[in-house]
This record gives sequence, C-alpha cells and structure tokens, in this order.
Amino acid sequence: MNAMWAIVRRDLLMVMRRKSEVLTALFFFVIVSSLFPLGIGPEPALLRKIAPGVLWVGALLATMLGLQRMFAADHADGTLEQMAISPTPLVWLVVGKVAAHWLVSGLPLVLMAPVLGIQFDLDTGALGVLMLALLLGTPLLSLIGAIGAALTLGVRGGGVLLSLLVLPLYVPALIFGAGAVESHISGLGAGGHLSLLAALLIMAALFAPWAATAALRIALE
Amino acid sequence: MLSAHGLTCVRGERRLFAKLDLAVDAGEWLHVRGENGAGKTSLLRLLAGLSQPAEGEIRWCGQSIKHADSPYRQNLLFFGHHGALKEDLTALENLSFAAAMDGAELQETNALMALYRFGLKGREELPVRVLSAGQKRRVMLARLATRRAKLWVLDEPFTALDVKAVDLLSTLIQEHLAGGGMAVLTSHQTMPIPGGRVVQL
Repeated sequence: MNAMWAIVRRDLLMVMRRKSEVLTALFFFVIVSSLFPLGIGPEPALLRKIAPGVLWVGALLATMLGLQRMFAADHADGTLEQMAISPTPLVWLVVGKVAAHWLVSGLPLVLMAPVLGIQFDLDTGALGVLMLALLLGTPLLSLIGAIGAALTLGVRGGGVLLSLLVLPLYVPALIFGAGAVESHISGLGAGGHLSLLAALLIMAALFAPWAATAALRIALE
Repeated sequence: MLSAHGLTCVRGERRLFAKLDLAVDAGEWLHVRGENGAGKTSLLRLLAGLSQPAEGEIRWCGQSIKHADSPYRQNLLFFGHHGALKEDLTALENLSFAAAMDGAELQETNALMALYRFGLKGREELPVRVLSAGQKRRVMLARLATRRAKLWVLDEPFTALDVKAVDLLSTLIQEHLAGGGMAVLTSHQTMPIPGGRVVQL
C-alpha cells in the first residue's frame, strides 16, 4: 500500500516539475468546447441542447491526449520492470498509476467544466449534474484508458491504435454522462443515468486494474 | 538458496540456452558470461521473475519462485540495462522512491550517506537529468548500498563507470557477499572480485 501512495506522490511531483502536460490537456478541453459556441452562433436554445454532448466529447478527447504516456515513460526508463518485481503486487501499483492519471488529467476537467458550461447557457442545476457526471465518468475514462495504454505499450504508432481501441469503449460513459445532463434539462431527473454511470465505474474499478496488469506483464516479457 | 533446474529460454524462434542448471549459496557469486546475444540478459530476467522460462524451474530456498514470489521479491534486487531513474526528480527523491517500491523504509540520512559514498556530495538536490551518464550510474549504484536484499542480480553493473567507481562497486559487492549475500552478475570484463563461479552461455 505504501508503494501505491509513493507512485501517486511521485507522479504528481513529476507533473509539478513539468506542468506542460497537465496544462496541454486542460487547454485542449477549453479550446475544443469553446469553438462550438463560436462556430454555431449565439442561439441559447440550440447551445443548451448540444452542451452535454460537446462537453463530454471534449472531455473524452482531452483524456485521450495524456493516455499514451501513462506507462510509456516508466517502460522506457526501466521503472516498470522495478514495479513488476516489487514485493507489492503490480495491480496495486497500477491502481496508483490510474489514480495519479485521474488527479492530473481528470480532476481538472471536472473543475473546469462548469466554467465552460456557462458558455452554453446551462443553469446552475445542469452545471451541478454535469460536474457530478464528470466526477463519476472521468475515473472511468482513466480506468478503461489504462487497459488501452498497457496493451499498446511499446507498439510503434501506438497513439492511433490506442484511440481506435479505447474510444469505442468510452461510448457508454459518453451516453450516460451526456444523457444525465440532457435528462436533467428536460426535467426527467438525472438519477438513472448517474446510477448507471456509477455502476460502470464500480465495475471498471474492479476489473480494469487486473486487465491492465496482465497487459503490462505481456509487454514486459 | 537460489537454484535453477533445467532452464530453457526460447526467444522467438531461437533457443538461447537449454537445460541450464545453476545454484548460488550465501556468500557466493556467479559470473554469467557469453557473447553478445547469447542470452545473458534473458537469463537474468528469468532469475528476476520478469519472464517465464520455456522449461525448468527457479527455486528460492527450495520453493519455486512462481508460487512463492512475495518472499523472493523482498530478497531480490535487480538492475537491468535501464536505470529506472526519473530524470525530473533529484537523486535523493529517486532513491526514496525506489525504497518505497521495495517496500522498505529509507531514512534520509542513510540515503545521503549512500550518495556521498558514491561521490555525489553536492549533487543530491539536482535533477538527475543534469548529471552525466557515469553519475547517473552512480545514483543507481547508491541504491545497492541502501537496500537490504539478499540476492543481487546485476546486468552489466560496471559499464560507464570510472576506475574509482569500479573500485567502490566491487568493494560494495564484496561487503555484500561477506555479509552472507549472493550476487549474479554479467560482465565482459574480468571481474575485480575474488571467488565466483563462471556460467558460460
């Protein structure tokens, strides 16, 4: 367990030393979701309608940006080998890596989303639901992404392959995440969608670290 | 303590070595030799448990490392070709992270002592990326001095080291052996450490 915290601490420390990584993903999210209101024009009803989808697609793509680097640096400098032979089971260390990835690339999106939501004329209630949906959804993206990142480790041109592999798996998160905000706006209540999102998150939290660990072991052979 | 029985390693289509037996006991060390591509690194990775042998078994204290990997890993220190050093972190941070990975407590004074011993005084707070290749190796080797592992598996530990560092490292290995430790090393040079059995691949 100590080793897991050590991984989280180390990854956060390295991000603090090299801030460009976290800022790139965040600015990408800001710019992509700002382009839509600028391109479509100031029509509040239409903007409100497309807001959940656009913001969620923006969050998906922003998460994808840093995904390939999740294990790549550790693989290149031999840290991953040391992790694999650590007395702490590798799956705990993978959980640490995923947690660090979420803190660096998921949490900033959650915090930034309400600001961007204002551009789409979302009211306070809808912004709250959007944040809650992203809070449940972004860890799910990091967990599923970890499997993809581990599977494409050491593959040349892995970046494109990773997108092809992971984006289809992000579809349920996108549907329920954007659906939560939509159904709140239309007055149906977001409860159902959020529960499904939470169920997906629990399932991914139980299975994704094992799948990623198995993929990492194959990459290390 | 560590023994391998009938190890066969296959990489792709090629059989690197077959039916290899070896054993190391407390205070002993093995020198793995062979041409480039003979399978020295592959053997060391098998011993570290990073890959599985095509045939045969590796035992630690009589138990297969496949089934009892946790006690084995606590006693193992493996150095591959890569240093496992993070370029953005300082030497000190690298050492304490490595210790946390090994599940060990590392006092800062001990880490500093190990770094000083390898001539890195005044450089402990610098990010590793500004150090020279030899100094990076020295940071790696400082980890040997901080880690209480019984078995050291070192892949080419003497590369990129100057004469002084080679002396330091061989003293460190001899101290380790004198304290009942074991070591498996690969090297193309003749080793400046007495004793040791040669495993020719």
